[in-house]
Amino acid sequence: MSEKVKEWPGTALKEDDITEKRVLSTEWHPNLKYAWDTGIGYGRYFAELKKGRIIGTRCNKCRRVLLPARVFCEWCFRTVDEWVYLEDTGTVNTFSIAYTDWVANRIEEPQIPALIEIDGSGGVAIMHLIGEVDPWKVKIGMRVKAVWKPEGEREGAITDIKYWKPVDE
Amino acid sequence: MRKVAIVGAGMTKFVRRSLETGKELSWQAAKMALDSCQLTLDDVDCVVMGTAPDAFDMIHMKAEYLSDGAGAWRKPYMRGFVGGGTGVFVADQGWYHVASGLFDTCLVVAEEKMSCCLPHPQGAFITCWDQFTESPLGTSLLWFFAWEMNRYMNAHGITEREIALVAVKNKKNAMNHPCAQLAAEITVDDVLNSEIMAWPVKRLDVSPTSDGAVAIVLAAEHVAKRISDKPVWIEGVGWCLDTMYIGQRDLYYPRYVEYAARMAYNMAGIKEPSKEINIAEPYDPFDYKELHHMEGLLLCGKGEAARLTADGVTQRTGNLPTCPSGGALGVGNAIAATGLMKVAELFWQLRGEAGKRQVPGKPKKGVAQAWGDEMQVGTVIVLGV
Amino acid sequence: MPVDKVVQLSQTKPLHGEIPVYGQYTFGVAGERFFREIKDNGRIMGARCERCNLTYVPPRIYCERCFSELKEWLAVGGRGIVHTYTVAYFDLEGARLPEPVIVAMVQFDGVYGGLVHRLGEVRPEEAKIGMPVEVVFKDKAERVGSINDIAYFKPC
Repeated sequence: MSEKVKEWPGTALKEDDITEKRVLSTEWHPNLKYAWDTGIGYGRYFAELKKGRIIGTRCNKCRRVLLPARVFCEWCFRTVDEWVYLEDTGTVNTFSIAYTDWVANRIEEPQIPALIEIDGSGGVAIMHLIGEVDPWKVKIGMRVKAVWKPEGEREGAITDIKYWKPVDE
Repeated sequence: MRKVAIVGAGMTKFVRRSLETGKELSWQAAKMALDSCQLTLDDVDCVVMGTAPDAFDMIHMKAEYLSDGAGAWRKPYMRGFVGGGTGVFVADQGWYHVASGLFDTCLVVAEEKMSCCLPHPQGAFITCWDQFTESPLGTSLLWFFAWEMNRYMNAHGITEREIALVAVKNKKNAMNHPCAQLAAEITVDDVLNSEIMAWPVKRLDVSPTSDGAVAIVLAAEHVAKRISDKPVWIEGVGWCLDTMYIGQRDLYYPRYVEYAARMAYNMAGIKEPSKEINIAEPYDPFDYKELHHMEGLLLCGKGEAARLTADGVTQRTGNLPTCPSGGALGVGNAIAATGLMKVAELFWQLRGEAGKRQVPGKPKKGVAQAWGDEMQVGTVIVLGV
Repeated sequence: MPVDKVVQLSQTKPLHGEIPVYGQYTFGVAGERFFREIKDNGRIMGARCERCNLTYVPPRIYCERCFSELKEWLAVGGRGIVHTYTVAYFDLEGARLPEPVIVAMVQFDGVYGGLVHRLGEVRPEEAKIGMPVEVVFKDKAERVGSINDIAYFKPC
């Protein structure tokens, strides 16, 4: 391979080849807006978040809690057996201290996204943000509690919880 | 099932943004692969194309768009798409096209032209997360890898310094790869001092986004023996998907890679991978992923990969050369094409044709693996001569 | 703790969101030359495969049938035939267009392929399959290297 091939195909463009119009280009700005139906499971999950509660479902055959709430268990393929309320406290399973946003731009104040194992679920984690703490003091295993938006501001979305803050226990 | 061999391979350079369109990149790689075994399009019975999200090229039904460049005009054509796992998955798909007896030859092409997606290809990944319970938090793709790296380090007490050795090794290996995008001689301190993107992930821990294409030619045994002086046999294939409910998996270990690997090793009759595999090309979009995947591939025990790296075992001259190509970290990460670049690398290595990258000692068996989707697909292939 | 029932359907609602990415496309090796010829020289070029006896429009750097590299380019002239057409009354988002737009597939004599473009200087009810048409370019000063450098095809 390497010995026989002299010229490898593929031509690199430079950063400003397009802006300096050395190369022609065209753009398409699509209007990608969506209205996603939440479904039965998530619909209830969000309705409960609006009330300041976290709800999951339980599959008795697999003996586990499904969180966020869903209506069928993907392990045994049956509908779940019951709804179950969970606590709004938990343990940090993993976290990151992020200085870049979704399009790789730099942000000054870092965000602390984390997976938080919710009490009452038997170790199932959900994703959220950690706040009210020095990012470099966050540890795996840290105990946290949800900080909710005031009742009037909640809309029935995951952002009804603003973030999770450390608690001493 | 019939025996299937890889008889030819080709690829384009991996670059940040290519002049060529995705179609042209596909043709360049596919033509080179066919020329390398002196076959023409008439000899190709079917084509399998691997290309990751339509959103990267911002073209709907991307595989159909690429089909003419992939040599698929009026031929049976199939697309495989499992995110980054695609590159090895399409080789597996090509395998079953031929192994089943349906076709005698198959051209497998993997292409990516992610530079079209602005402001940044990362943006196309937003709905990788759950649009209800995760995206509204302002998710960035990097968070996922940062979480996994954090959990992995925590589970085994491994430091960022030990992980950085992988980036140093792969970028150095890539200096001998003619298509490499980011080959360089860097030090561990360069990695540790590079900009923190999402702790613990730093800029030099990550592979670049790339445009590029790779192609391989598969042939059934009776054809391979006629046209190739040294066919490289596909001895095992495996693939497995885990759950996209992140909270349900423990991120420190890629169980889905282990399941895919077991499927492939069982087929290949490999009982002790750490002893029987001579070269490994695990997917390395991040340096810690090489270690994570080595463990999932059962090439060492859980938590041991970092020590093997520090001891030099994974260098080209070591007992288990890992990513001798330079990997995604050094050559580039043209998402769907990277996995097939690794398969092509094994093809050249096992035939003794890898030039300056050649692993000494006439290696006989190699394993390539890729990973992707919502970070929970494992795709594996075992090759042997 | 007793579990509440959701009794009002209005409590369940869709989640609105968007994927705010956009595409920036470069034309590739063949496309770059094709559009520069339109922009600078006001002509439509095709690429020739001698082996398969085909002239491709839009041109490509490879023949899709025999996979050889195509190096010979030629001008295909501005005259073509309407292979098929439609009359569009609505835009992409479902809003009514101020004027109906005739969109046609125009094929050129001896050419494999063709161009999708608008028909102009003709009323929708006059358009016909098989109608001979010729290209109308915008003034050179207005051309930027785009398919819209062609204003439309008119009957001839």
